[in-house]
Amino acid sequence: MASAIRIKGGRVYDPLHGLNGVVKDLCVEDGKIVQECHGAAEVIDATNLVILPGGVDIHTHIASPAVNAARGLRPEDHRLLCCPRKPGLRSGVGFTVPSTFTTGYLYAQLGYTTVMEAATPPIGTRHTHEELNDIPMVDKGCYLLMGNNEFILQYLKSGDLEKIKRYVAWLLHSLKGFGLKLVNPGGVEQWKYGKDVEGLDEKVNHFDVTPRQILQALTWVNEELGLPHSIHIHANRLGVPGNYQVTLETMRALEGKRVHMAHVQFHSYGGEDYVSFTSKAKEMADYINGHPNVTVDVGQVVFGDATTITADGPWQYRLHKLTKNKWYNLDVEVETGSGIVPYTYREKNYVNALQWAIGLETFLLIKDPWRVFLSTDHPNGGPFLYYPWIIKLLMDAEFRSQMLKRVHKRVLSHTMLPHLSREYSLYEIAIITRAGPARALGLRNKGHLGPGADADIAIYVDAKDKEEMFERAAYVLKDGKIVVRDGEVVESCPGRTIFAEVPGDDDLLTELRDKFEKYYTVEIGNFPIPLEDLPFHQAVPTGRPV
Amino acid sequence: MTVAKEMRVVKDVTCPFCGVTCDDLEVHVEDGKIRDVKNACVLGKDTFLHHLEGLATPRIDGKPASIEACIEAAADILARAKYPLIYGLDSTELHAHRKAIELADLIGANIDHTSSVCHAPSLQAVQTVGIPSCTVGEVKNRADLVIFWGANPAEAHPRHATRYSVTVKGMFTPQGRKDRTVIHIDVRRTPTSRMADTFIQIKPHSDYEVFSTLTALVNGHDLDVSEVGGVPLQEWRDLVEVMKGAKFGILYWGMGLTMTRGKYLNVVALLRLCQELNRFTKFLGAPLRGHGNVVGMAQVLTWQTGFPFAVNMSRGYPRFNPGEFSVADLLGRGEVDAALIIAADAIGNFPAKAAQHLKSIPLIAVDPKESETTKVAQVVIPAAQAAVAAEGVAYRMDHIPLPLKKVVDSPYPSDREILDRIIARVLAKRPDDGAKRAAPLPRG
Ligand code: SF4
Ligand SMILES: [Zn+2]
Repeated sequence: MASAIRIKGGRVYDPLHGLNGVVKDLCVEDGKIVQECHGAAEVIDATNLVILPGGVDIHTHIASPAVNAARGLRPEDHRLLCCPRKPGLRSGVGFTVPSTFTTGYLYAQLGYTTVMEAATPPIGTRHTHEELNDIPMVDKGCYLLMGNNEFILQYLKSGDLEKIKRYVAWLLHSLKGFGLKLVNPGGVEQWKYGKDVEGLDEKVNHFDVTPRQILQALTWVNEELGLPHSIHIHANRLGVPGNYQVTLETMRALEGKRVHMAHVQFHSYGGEDYVSFTSKAKEMADYINGHPNVTVDVGQVVFGDATTITADGPWQYRLHKLTKNKWYNLDVEVETGSGIVPYTYREKNYVNALQWAIGLETFLLIKDPWRVFLSTDHPNGGPFLYYPWIIKLLMDAEFRSQMLKRVHKRVLSHTMLPHLSREYSLYEIAIITRAGPARALGLRNKGHLGPGADADIAIYVDAKDKEEMFERAAYVLKDGKIVVRDGEVVESCPGRTIFAEVPGDDDLLTELRDKFEKYYTVEIGNFPIPLEDLPFHQAVPTGRPV
Repeated sequence: MTVAKEMRVVKDVTCPFCGVTCDDLEVHVEDGKIRDVKNACVLGKDTFLHHLEGLATPRIDGKPASIEACIEAAADILARAKYPLIYGLDSTELHAHRKAIELADLIGANIDHTSSVCHAPSLQAVQTVGIPSCTVGEVKNRADLVIFWGANPAEAHPRHATRYSVTVKGMFTPQGRKDRTVIHIDVRRTPTSRMADTFIQIKPHSDYEVFSTLTALVNGHDLDVSEVGGVPLQEWRDLVEVMKGAKFGILYWGMGLTMTRGKYLNVVALLRLCQELNRFTKFLGAPLRGHGNVVGMAQVLTWQTGFPFAVNMSRGYPRFNPGEFSVADLLGRGEVDAALIIAADAIGNFPAKAAQHLKSIPLIAVDPKESETTKVAQVVIPAAQAAVAAEGVAYRMDHIPLPLKKVVDSPYPSDREILDRIIARVLAKRPDDGAKRAAPLPRG
């Protein structure tokens, strides 16, 4: 069979099946991993090579109205990485906000095959899908922003949880969303009149509801709908000293429920201001270690240029005031906000160095690798291109102590990092970049190499320097086709858009039509996105406990 | 025996004419002909009712030809060109934008669009300082102060006021017009002044000075002058108080700022003023954009290449440099050696020198209708008009994408299909030996 491949003699890391560097042949047929190839198969000699499932990024910003605004805002950034056209491939630019085709190629070169856009405003999701259509090489999906949706706030005010559930289902169904995202619940609504919320029990202007109520209602909805992924939360007070308390409170408010806390590094700060700024990674890790319902991605900071892009409008304004850097803001009717500020993380800046250390503490103090995932909150903490550098920091304590000597010296005395000798194993790396995020997303065919899995496979040349190793995959297979060889993309493939299969609910239409007329500026008939607009797609079933 | 006439009403139709991008039109179709259009303004109505007037015909060197032959001739020109230009793209839709950029990538062309000669300075200003802005629904729901500056929406964006910004009722503006203060600032009175509570007439070319004055006043500085821009300082002081006192203010600007002295610096000064005002209240700004779907072209170009206009692919990767790769400059200097003009009339709108150069090189025009450009083009390819006879997506001025419907049939292919066929023929002629270098990975 033409589409069969046998990968011979590699060391296989497949945590879901407990394979920790076992030398084993892998067979691929028709885009899937199979027990045994039937008949002739192309052979990849993987002797001395390391085989992992394709990488899964649970939280990144690669396609959305705000991401595109960031591209447009930063011509100075694009010159740092120019990617010429190749036969069959498109040209593009980097660096912190790469153009679409380049985004796909760069992810693939690192061995990533599934990536999740973590924030799209419902009214802009048509745009998001069109961008995702232009990101090749990877399967992808998007989380719909819900935490400041005024219809939800209205329903919540009148105590109608069932209505919220039906409305959320209608949104997911109409817009082909994969999951639910809350960003600074209540705070972004406040920002529409220039304010924010301080804590979970502060009332949101005009709506008489609190962030706590929003969190609890939408978490309930998420579980009621049986979405493959848990609720995905960007907590209140991102970036603000002392915010760890509101983060802990948020997790406590949702105790016992499946919950994913996004870029938790940015939410683990103590102190009263940026002078008394301290790490609360330990407090956070202690809580997370004791609560198996929680998963997190880290939002690791890397030194150098970043572009901060978030729906958290009030935070972006604060960052603009702090840095004097250019500031983009787009408040989105009915739904949410967004802000963009370029940023540079500096080794010798105390706050930046501490942020870097807090991220690493988070990785090293959370005991269960199945619940902590690699992310930079790309490009907020820095571009995803630096994932290999982070892997090296996690696997190589010696490299970590060298870095510690370079960064602002107060980090030595103000964090536990110098005392953490833990080194991640390759097996654990395979968990935090593959098996773990795939499981948290409820993607049963991703993040592992068992029969029936999508044949998304990354093969690396083992090297002592783990950054070097993970920077360029020796081979990447996407759906069983070799798309990367020796770190170069050799063939483009479109990738699929993944969404949650939520049944539609047309009974709500009459009521929604009225609300649209009153508060939106588009016709409800023009809101849903037909499946034909997603030429390559895959629905993930809902309703089953994961 | 009479045959029953085919009658249908297409609802929720999106108008492609201006950046208000109304999506509530009702088009009445009888036997494949558009008979009536409901809800649209005059401009929108005309777009649909007169879509069959002045249609272009396929031809090469002025002689009738088949579409296929035209596509072949276009591909010939483009495959041979050393420094081609692809330009226009305002009156078409997302999928055509995609294909136009793909073609530019393939042949190493310059690609630019109508923004380049209208709101490019606004884009450059945003690249310089950013912008605090919002979608139009926020204005509908919240704005209690609306300022139009160097803009005439009453004529250029007829339904902006009723749908989004002046009379419309929203969540926190239940009384519509009564809940808003509307101010018009411009060098002359226009119909927009009549919609406003206050009209402030300023001297031509004084916008930058006025914005700087307002920003100084906002920041608590007073000035030792009696007037700025021909207006007594006290009036500006009063305006600042109105701005600071608003709950939600928005400043809309138009080409009165971008196409006069100071250009993008005017807009930088405006945006700084809006940003500063956020220390006191919610204050946002937005350009009144959009002939057709220019906003959409800037969107797609940005996600595919990183840059919103004036993109050059001659080195195999996208470069951006207004002044070097912007259409007026490329043509003014006589640099390009072939051009594909699609969904816009370049020759009808360009300065004489630029138009002259276009006439002197192999020129391809893709357009539903005859224009000054099709009159002189070597190859003319008629297209089905986007939003009338071809479906797709268009962007509203605030970057919200809306679906375009195919309301009636056209005998001609869509822009997207034409470009796709040109790409296929260029590929066939130029065995793809494109850039050989791989995309390099940066070292971490
Ligand atoms: S306002 Fe603009 S979009 Fe609306 S109908 Fe008139 S021309 Fe069309
Ligand atoms: Zn994020």
